Amino acid sequence: MLDHRLSPEHEELRRTVAAFAHDVVAPKIGEYYEHNEFPYEIVAEMGRMGLFGLPFPEEYGGMGGDYLALCVVLEELARVDSSVAITLEAAVSLGAMPIHRYGTEEQKRTWLPRLCSGEMLGAFGLTEPEGGSDAGATRTTARYDADTDEWVINGSKCFITNAGTEITGLVTVAALTLSSEENADGSPRREISTIIVPTGTPGFSASKKYSKVGWNASDTRELSFADCRVPAANLLGEAGRGYAQFLRILDEGRIAIAALATGLAQGCVDESLSYAAERRAFGRPIGANQSIQFKIADMEMRAHTSRLAWYHAASRLVAGERFKKEAAIAKLHSSEAAVTNAREATQIHGGYGFMNEYPVARFWRDSKILEIGEGTSEVQRMLIARELGMEPDRP
Amino acid sequence: MSLRIVVCVKYVPDATGDRRFADDNTTDRDSVDGLLSELDEYGVEQALKIAEASGDAEVTVLTVGPDDAKDALRKALSMGADKAVHVNDDDIHGTDVIGTSAILAKAIEKTGFDLVVCGMASTDGTMGVIPALLSERLGVPQVTLLSEVGVEGGTVKGRRDGDAATELLEASLPAVVSVTDQSGEARYPSFKGIMAAKKKPVESLDLDDLGIEADEVGLAGAWTAVDSATARPARTAGTIVKDEGEGGKQLAEFLASQKFI
Repeated sequence: MLDHRLSPEHEELRRTVAAFAHDVVAPKIGEYYEHNEFPYEIVAEMGRMGLFGLPFPEEYGGMGGDYLALCVVLEELARVDSSVAITLEAAVSLGAMPIHRYGTEEQKRTWLPRLCSGEMLGAFGLTEPEGGSDAGATRTTARYDADTDEWVINGSKCFITNAGTEITGLVTVAALTLSSEENADGSPRREISTIIVPTGTPGFSASKKYSKVGWNASDTRELSFADCRVPAANLLGEAGRGYAQFLRILDEGRIAIAALATGLAQGCVDESLSYAAERRAFGRPIGANQSIQFKIADMEMRAHTSRLAWYHAASRLVAGERFKKEAAIAKLHSSEAAVTNAREATQIHGGYGFMNEYPVARFWRDSKILEIGEGTSEVQRMLIARELGMEPDRP
Repeated sequence: MSLRIVVCVKYVPDATGDRRFADDNTTDRDSVDGLLSELDEYGVEQALKIAEASGDAEVTVLTVGPDDAKDALRKALSMGADKAVHVNDDDIHGTDVIGTSAILAKAIEKTGFDLVVCGMASTDGTMGVIPALLSERLGVPQVTLLSEVGVEGGTVKGRRDGDAATELLEASLPAVVSVTDQSGEARYPSFKGIMAAKKKPVESLDLDDLGIEADEVGLAGAWTAVDSATARPARTAGTIVKDEGEGGKQLAEFLASQKFI
């Protein structure tokens, strides 16, 4: 069967969030963006709507929905603004999902209800100053102190979303731990584990906000850990499974980013259509010109094919099928579509497109990171090639 | 015994669409997508707030309308109402406000009620007289156009903000109230609410079920009739006054000619 239509419930969710984005986000977000402020008021309203609990079970305060529901919401939010969309994406897919998927019953009961309600945000500390795409190059360490039954964490993380807001409650940190097994030559073997570090733990600090090109109403920080001690029980899942854990989390996250990129690409069409109808030049609306019509037709095509690509990847994920290649294709295609559409939308808007008060200026600034975050376009191409059975290019 | 709240809601053509009359001068409900009237969302919101405060209440949403009107009921159920009643009968087409109030009153009596909550008006007909008509037909007090409302014991209390004065009003239950667009923003349905709405009961009633004869309602039974309707003329370009020393005077003359001053 081939059907890329949403169920009536997902469609109603989409319409509800579209109305919310139009009525609540659109009128206010420009101001937050301009001042690099985190939109607490909007995030609180998203929490009341249950958006932060979408894919989690009701017993932990979730909405009992699925990953598709989350992605549908991300697309509609990003159609209006990417800062709120990435805040939700990072909170759910990177902050809460690892705890839901790998946490103990006690960890889930401790953290998930507040993460699901949106009163608390979680962050995922993976990327380091010297290791983004090469996540295996993690340098942050967590040493087990048997005397106190604690992990002692040292190192730093960068570009971490939601890590320093007033409502951030925890960061899940990927760190090198010592394996119980040794290497063949008898040297100690290192492996990656993930550990929950609550906000406010001594030794853990978040830097001031980065000055970013885009996503200016979202919170992004550099984190440092200096002899930061947390109880041994804060280990997330099994020791040494960190690498496998975040590969899975990142694979899923690519579909979420693809949905977000599709929203931005569609938002460019929305804005361009209305501008082309109202802006007049040489005595007629600029939309009467074939050059503008063709631009917008191409933009719509890119948004549409992006949506098909992420729907396909998400349907495989929800069905429990392999989705690695499909997720990489969706992320690659939609992020390139977003960048191209943002550039074309800005062009259609002329000088006004260069003014920050116009949404397309925000779209243009917000688009580039989509080709970088959650795996660069180069990493996606590498993944696709590998999925096609091609050998890694290594000496 | 639990507090029985009935909210009257209307499925209306989307006001952002191109609304028009059908050939028989009734509202064309096919050419434009419909939705739960925005003004009725305030009624649903206040009913849910009263129910939450009471802890022991049941909220029923009631509508009179064609098949598609169930979308309005589903939205209200997604927001949190407990059950819905849909009065749907081909003979209802063309019913005016007098007939509509008769149908609503019968359905409300059949459902059972302590409090009836209405919006301030529909966004299509915008008459705003249903609450008063219901009060008369049901033989209960009306407290209308409230910007704040609550139930304490057997009494409904509310605040009505007028141009000259603010009135604090109350009535003993059972009663009919209407709430304004100043009563507080309606909540967005959550996904859990949307999923739960699928399982909530929607009772369908026709005129027979309510003991209403077909000729009491519909176009034939209507007390009012629309003889003709003319579309609002398109906006004109307006007048541009160039200030060549006389600008102020010319502006004043223009405003005076339009009777603004």
